[in-house]
This record gives sequence, C-alpha cells and structure tokens, in this order.
Amino acid sequence: MYDLNELKDKVAVIGVGNTKYGNFPEIDDYGLAAHAFRNAVNDCGIDKNKIDGMLVSRIPYYARMGEVLGINPRWTITLPGHGRMSGMGIIEAANAIATGQCDYAALMYANIGRSRRVNYGGDESPGTWDPWGFTSPGAAHAMMFRRHMELYGTTTRQLAEVSVAIRYHAGLNPDAVMRNPITIEDHESARFITAPLRLLDYCLINDGAVCLILTSKERARDFKKPPVLISGFGAQDTYSPSSIANFDLDFWYPAVRAAGKQAYEMAGVTHKDVDGLMCYDNFSPTVLFSLEGLGFCGQGESGHFVEDGALRLGGKLPVNTDGGHLSNSYMQGWALNVEAVRQLRGECGARQIPDCEVVQYVQSTPCTRSIIYTRG
Amino acid sequence: MSYTKPLPRIDTLNQPFWAAAREGKFLLQHCPACGDTRFPPGPVCPKCLAGDQDWVESSGKGTLESWVEMHRAYWDGFKDNLPYRVCLVRLEEGPLIVSNLIDTTENVRMGAPVKVVFDAVTEDVTLPKFTLV
Repeated sequence: MYDLNELKDKVAVIGVGNTKYGNFPEIDDYGLAAHAFRNAVNDCGIDKNKIDGMLVSRIPYYARMGEVLGINPRWTITLPGHGRMSGMGIIEAANAIATGQCDYAALMYANIGRSRRVNYGGDESPGTWDPWGFTSPGAAHAMMFRRHMELYGTTTRQLAEVSVAIRYHAGLNPDAVMRNPITIEDHESARFITAPLRLLDYCLINDGAVCLILTSKERARDFKKPPVLISGFGAQDTYSPSSIANFDLDFWYPAVRAAGKQAYEMAGVTHKDVDGLMCYDNFSPTVLFSLEGLGFCGQGESGHFVEDGALRLGGKLPVNTDGGHLSNSYMQGWALNVEAVRQLRGECGARQIPDCEVVQYVQSTPCTRSIIYTRG
Repeated sequence: MSYTKPLPRIDTLNQPFWAAAREGKFLLQHCPACGDTRFPPGPVCPKCLAGDQDWVESSGKGTLESWVEMHRAYWDGFKDNLPYRVCLVRLEEGPLIVSNLIDTTENVRMGAPVKVVFDAVTEDVTLPKFTLV
C-alpha cells in the first residue's frame, strides 16, 4: 500500500486532442471519438499500438471503440456520460498507470447531444419529483442559486459576471461554439429557463469529442510535447439527497473543501499558487460554489469576488480560458482538462495565461473532484 | 378532461405514501429501530440499515428552503401552467422534499413557514403541495 500523496507528479498527460465542436448529425459517437483520438496521438507522436489502457465515457460500447481504433488494451474502463466522470476517469487512469496496470492510457469522451436533441430533463431522465414538474440539472442549480441569493445576498448581476467572463474567453478561442461577446445587461435580459436562472446561465449542448493520453512521468519524456504533470488530486462524494439530482443544500461546500484540501496537499500548493482555474460550469452558479469551496473567497462571498471581471484573463483568477461549457463546448469537464494542459504548455495564443505554472480543475457535483496540473 | 402531467411511478415501496395522500395524509417512512424519517422511502434505513421500516404521519408543516419558477415545459402537460413554482421544503420532522408552491405572491422568502395542501389530480393520485402559512 502507498500513501495517496506519493502519486504527486508520477503521471503525466502527454497528448490531447479534440474534434471541432458543433452540430454533426452525419457522424456517430465512435467517429467523433476516433477523430479526437487521432488528434491526441498526433499531438504527442505516440505509436497508437503502444496504447494499452482505454477509458471511455458516453461512448456506447468500449469493445467497438477498441475495434474502431485497432487497439487491444490490457486495462479498460467504461464510465457513464455524466459530466462528473471526467475528473473521476482521469484519477482512475492515473492510478492505473501508477500501479502498472497500463503504460499508456487513452481517455475518450464523445457527445452527440446536439444532433440527438437531448434535453437533460423530462422523460429522458425520470425522477422522484416529475409529478411536480421538477426536472433537469438546471432547475436543481436554480434551486441552489435562489438559496445562495437568500442566504448571502448574491445577485443575478454578480452571477452574470461568470457568463460574461467565460464568453469573453470563448471570443479568444477560435474553436469555441459561442464567440459573440455578451454583457451583464444581455444576461439580465435573456429569457428565463428556470428562474432565477436565464438562458445565459445554461451550458451549451453541442457535439464533439475529446481525448487525453496519459503515461508515467519517466515515459513522458519520449514524446513531442513537454509533459504536463498530475501533481495532486482530491475527491469527495455527496450522495444525499440524490433523489434531488444534482443538488446539495450546502452547495457541495464541504465536499469541495475536502477535495481541494486533498489536492493542494498532494501537490504542495495552495489556492494562491493557482494561475488558472478550470471549473466545471454546467450552470454559472457552480463556478461561484467552486470558488467558495476551494477557498478563493469565503463562503457566501463569491458574488463579490467575481465582480469587475475578476474571472477574465488579466483579472484576479482567470477561469475557463477556453470558454468552458457555457460558451466553448459541452464536453462535460474533459475539454477543461485539455485546456489545463494547453495552458501549461503555453499553446493558447490570445487566451494564454502569462507564466502559467499551476492550473487547477474542479467539478463541484455529487462526485466532487479536483486535479492540479503543473509543468513537467 | 384527461390529466396530461407526469404521474408518480407507484411501486411496493412508495405505495403506502400514495394511498395515504389520497386520504389527505402526508406519510414519511420511519425507522422503528433508530427513529430516522425520510422521503422518498428506501429498502433499508440509511442510518442503521434496519430492514423493517414503518410510516409516520407528518404534520405537513415546514419551512421554505428555496424555490424556483419553471419557465420551460419539459412535459407538454405543463405548457399551460408556465411559469409554475417548485419549492424545497424542510418538514418539521426533518426530511427535505420537493413540491409545488401554489402561491403566486411576490413576497416569498427563504425560511417562510409553509403547510401541505392536497391536490387530487386524478382518481388515483393526490399530490401534496405547499402553501405559505
């Protein structure tokens, strides 16, 4: 047995790839994932036949995926298509590499929700509260944000800062789906979906796929790009009340604190060392909850913290420099981890964080995870 | 006129709840071993894992923890009701439940006292809903 903290800097991301993001009814899950995989393979220059670990999420059948790519791994995991699986999957893969279950793991995620017209509510996701018309993750986040407003006086104009800053970043990312700038007034006049949340508080639904290739720090030196190290990670689940899906009365604050503490300890950094935060933004309020849980501000102070463009490049804490789920692409956390890698490599062009050395990923969800990446 | 909104999936676990709701009672599953009460019901007590669970009647009183207004109909049956309010209520007995807040007044606040009212939506199904006290 080893101490979890011994995994610090043992595993590296060597290759990342993604498809274009948008509406692609002519291509299926396997096709999207295969394009992302090929891009990640080309990114690092690995011989794809060396890949002996495979993790798939939101892809129907792992074995067909292996057939499509012509690989026969010795480690395979399938995860469901929940966004929270990205952090879980990367940590699982890091453990598999650290324990020698595989040497090179390819992690793939594909989403064709746009061309399949997925709604994320109603009969697609039956729940206890359907008879009362309570459905969809967005409604659960609206329920949390209303509570945050009541408890702490947070305003929708403060919440707008999240969507506005992240859209600004999307404008700097040529690959992002939604690039036209928005203002606080645009946010305030957008139509309600579930009040107090409006259209611009909701993530996109688009097609696309992402792939990351991981290996050990030692092997990572043999590839094209500078490796990015997984320096720390932390985890905490919150399964009550799961009958109210995607909801926590405390905004997952205890879980985010616990996961963040574990990740910081392992990496040997604090939140003050973080140059950029990649924050799961299925709905804008989760960004506020994440900032509080990780200690960037006190509980209830996130509304004030995000004011005046604090989350923009050049602000106090650049968040989701690729445009996140709100404006870049709904890749359920996977693309945010790719962005973390690209920032640390210095590949981000107009949206590059200067002197970027520490990037943190966080998903404040029933399965809260945080991963800290550093330059190798 | 037929009822077009989603109906509860009544199973062996929750059947007593829905039978009682028809009688104007709000039941909570209760653990005789440790006293834990909850909704929705489960196969074992999540605190002590006792298998034999019974039911107690809730006072139907609680406080408002949060609420939202649904402006989008995920089911066609809700189209004519938009926007409608969904509330999160902490019952006196402890459980946190989701329901509809039937009031349309603007002066809603977290912590407001609420009480259950029963809405017989079909012959078989009565939905407990809440109103400001």
